[in-house]
Amino acid sequence: MSETTIQETKRGPLSGLDWKLFGPIAALVLLLIIGSLLNENFLSAANLLNILTRSAFIGIIAIGATFVISSGGIDLSVGSMAAFTAGVMIMLMNWMMGVTDMIWLIVVLGVVAGALIGTAAGWLNGILITRGGIEAFIVTLGTMGIYRSLVTYLADGGTLSLDRDVRALYRPVYYGDVFGLPIPVLLLALAAIAGWIVLNNTAFGRHVQSVGANEDVARYSAINTDRIKVYAFMIQGACVALATIVYVPRLGSASATTGVLWELEAIAAVIIGGTLLKGGYGRIGGTIAGALILTLIGNILNLTDLISNYLNGAVQGVIIIAAVFLQRGLGQKS
Amino acid sequence: MTMPQGQTSVLLGGYGLRKSYGPVEVLHGIDFEIRAGEVHALLGENGAGKSTLVKILSGLVAPSAGRITLDGDQTSFASVADAEDAGVVLIHQEFNLAELRSVEENIFLGREWRKGLLLDKAAMRAEARRLLDQLKCPAAATAQVAGLPVADKQMVEIAKAMSRKARVLFLDEPTAVLTKAETASLFLLVKQLKAEGVGIVFISHKLDEVAEIADRITVLRDGTHVTSTPAAGVTPEEMARLMVGRELSDFYPEKPDPSADILLDVENLSAPGVQRASFDLRRGEVLGFAGLQGAGRTALMEAIIGLHPVEEGSVRLNGAAQAFDSVAQSKAARVAYLTKDRKGKGLLLGNDLVWNFSLFALDKFATPFLNRKAERAAFDAGTQAVDLRAASPKLNAGSLSGGNQQKLLLAKILEADPQVIIIDEPTRGIDVGAKAQIYGFIADLAAEGRGVIVLSSELPEIIGLSHRVFVMHDGAVTGCLSDADINEETIMHYASGLGPARAA
Repeated sequence: MSETTIQETKRGPLSGLDWKLFGPIAALVLLLIIGSLLNENFLSAANLLNILTRSAFIGIIAIGATFVISSGGIDLSVGSMAAFTAGVMIMLMNWMMGVTDMIWLIVVLGVVAGALIGTAAGWLNGILITRGGIEAFIVTLGTMGIYRSLVTYLADGGTLSLDRDVRALYRPVYYGDVFGLPIPVLLLALAAIAGWIVLNNTAFGRHVQSVGANEDVARYSAINTDRIKVYAFMIQGACVALATIVYVPRLGSASATTGVLWELEAIAAVIIGGTLLKGGYGRIGGTIAGALILTLIGNILNLTDLISNYLNGAVQGVIIIAAVFLQRGLGQKS
Repeated sequence: MTMPQGQTSVLLGGYGLRKSYGPVEVLHGIDFEIRAGEVHALLGENGAGKSTLVKILSGLVAPSAGRITLDGDQTSFASVADAEDAGVVLIHQEFNLAELRSVEENIFLGREWRKGLLLDKAAMRAEARRLLDQLKCPAAATAQVAGLPVADKQMVEIAKAMSRKARVLFLDEPTAVLTKAETASLFLLVKQLKAEGVGIVFISHKLDEVAEIADRITVLRDGTHVTSTPAAGVTPEEMARLMVGRELSDFYPEKPDPSADILLDVENLSAPGVQRASFDLRRGEVLGFAGLQGAGRTALMEAIIGLHPVEEGSVRLNGAAQAFDSVAQSKAARVAYLTKDRKGKGLLLGNDLVWNFSLFALDKFATPFLNRKAERAAFDAGTQAVDLRAASPKLNAGSLSGGNQQKLLLAKILEADPQVIIIDEPTRGIDVGAKAQIYGFIADLAAEGRGVIVLSSELPEIIGLSHRVFVMHDGAVTGCLSDADINEETIMHYASGLGPARAA
């Protein structure tokens, strides 16, 4: 028998590292160093917690996007889905003010409604893609427009504002903290841990990535590929709902401009984190690092006069392209 | 070396060719000559260095040492395009065609003819038609490649090569995806090209075909040159011995008698591409399924396991009626199917071996969190059972040889402990050594009391392995053969839809 022997090439001290895994973390550390050199307040606990809190919305949505993208899909609708969910939550809670005096009940019901709307919207995306046999890009491009115009319609072109009393009770969900840890950060951490466990340590997570790697192989391997895809979109919807539930008390309002471009930031966080856009390989830890990197860039530009803050988007764009370029280059060599 | 046809000129020659990847040398000084108007077969097991040699001679990789001559002059190919300009063309086993474009567009891909700034479509179409006619290819120049049968796609590849004025043609496993009839017409074409002075290098694991078509053979083993000799008088058995370096005794294993229990009973099953097919499989039996490409064998099996809808008819497993709507259901009933498309439907080439191994039976390791220790232990046991030797379980499945990929696929399916195992083209594109092992596994699985169904286009394999043979033609089962009726002639009669041999 001839054996295919794969020879390992000579290894340097760093070549044992998986760069898809450590690349984003290395970039994160680099940005932290640059930030601390530029401004002495950068590494203060207040600033770091601020960065984490600001990363929470995109981070939570990007966890869901990691599932969708590693299953071979894409969801462009998350930003307008968040706006729509926020709008309906606010209208519902305002309406309930005329029904009951129990404000805590109103908040609870509003949160439950938000969770259901987001998950249902994700389910709808998944069903249209699998049953309808339409590409994810097209379906979510369509629902993106639908949700965006629905929220504009509901707000009558203006802004939907949450009742002042409800907002007062709901406020701590964004501004509160547990042992000094802001609640949005706590929720981001919990979502990341749950997402990591599901993606890496369950049959479902393996199936998600296998469907993304090659749908035919997955189907021949006794995987219900349609169900897996629908679940991935439902997870995305649930993540959007969670982000929205944290977002609503922040401003207490929703309008046509709520969540604009969140889908691109979420996708960027996922890609910077090392997940392959073509599917088959997902990294939750990388996604969190990606979300933090995007926020850090804005924060650093705010703290220094070196580059105009107006160039935030340009710097982010360069980082995204550089990240993918490095991953491709490293991927081809190995 | 003596030449049967006198001193024909050497078109392309490689001398003392060596190739190293990092510190490892995989080709140890090979000499290889292709003469005008000859078919030169290149033989060797997977890993013997055939593909490396071909890659060097076709400009895909540069040799580490040695020289290449073209018409006697020393040369070097900087790229595939460079080699193609010199008339040296490699036709890959996996075709290199733009599936969504037309035949003519493919033929001229990258070398479109122009009239001024615009494409000269009329001239290209006329030339494409001329080439296709010359090759007696039935495909229309305007047809989309994706819709062509695989044999026609190969013709398009050859037409593409001819449009590049190919003088040396490398055919890598050209018959692996062809039926017997298609192979025969390919061989006619090869003879025609030969008569026109083209030098053809023929790479194949099908040694009877090599014996039929080759003028000379060169055998490689472990990256060294074993022999180059005129093909006349070398039997397929001798070729196999030269390749492996030892005798291959008992190529086909014993066939212990199956039990009388009917394990799987399929009656009047109709599905897309299948018309009222009936057959039964007994416990401990190896059932052969023969037929031409497109006869409906794969469609029948895929319908049974729930990949395609069954329109009518019944499937009984151990006497109980079953209607599998999904592979998950047939797996739960312990009926499993190994696809013939290992790379496209069988394995995740970019994922590691353990991931691939456990994918089919993943529920076993999820309680609900994946137990990696149990998964790894099962991987070690499962791959050992099929003698899959890999440097590391972290390797990607795509880096394995064809034989090892097939073993991995087999181990993956067996992990679900199926009682009915359907294997489609068990030895396509794998070397003789691994072939013999796979045959052994098939016989062992039957001997354990499972039922095995083997779908194969290689009749010797069907004949050597099966207790009974069902033959399909045009979606229907046309014959069930046993004992002395299992021979190539009878099978081919049923496969061509002619009925029993005597009646023909």
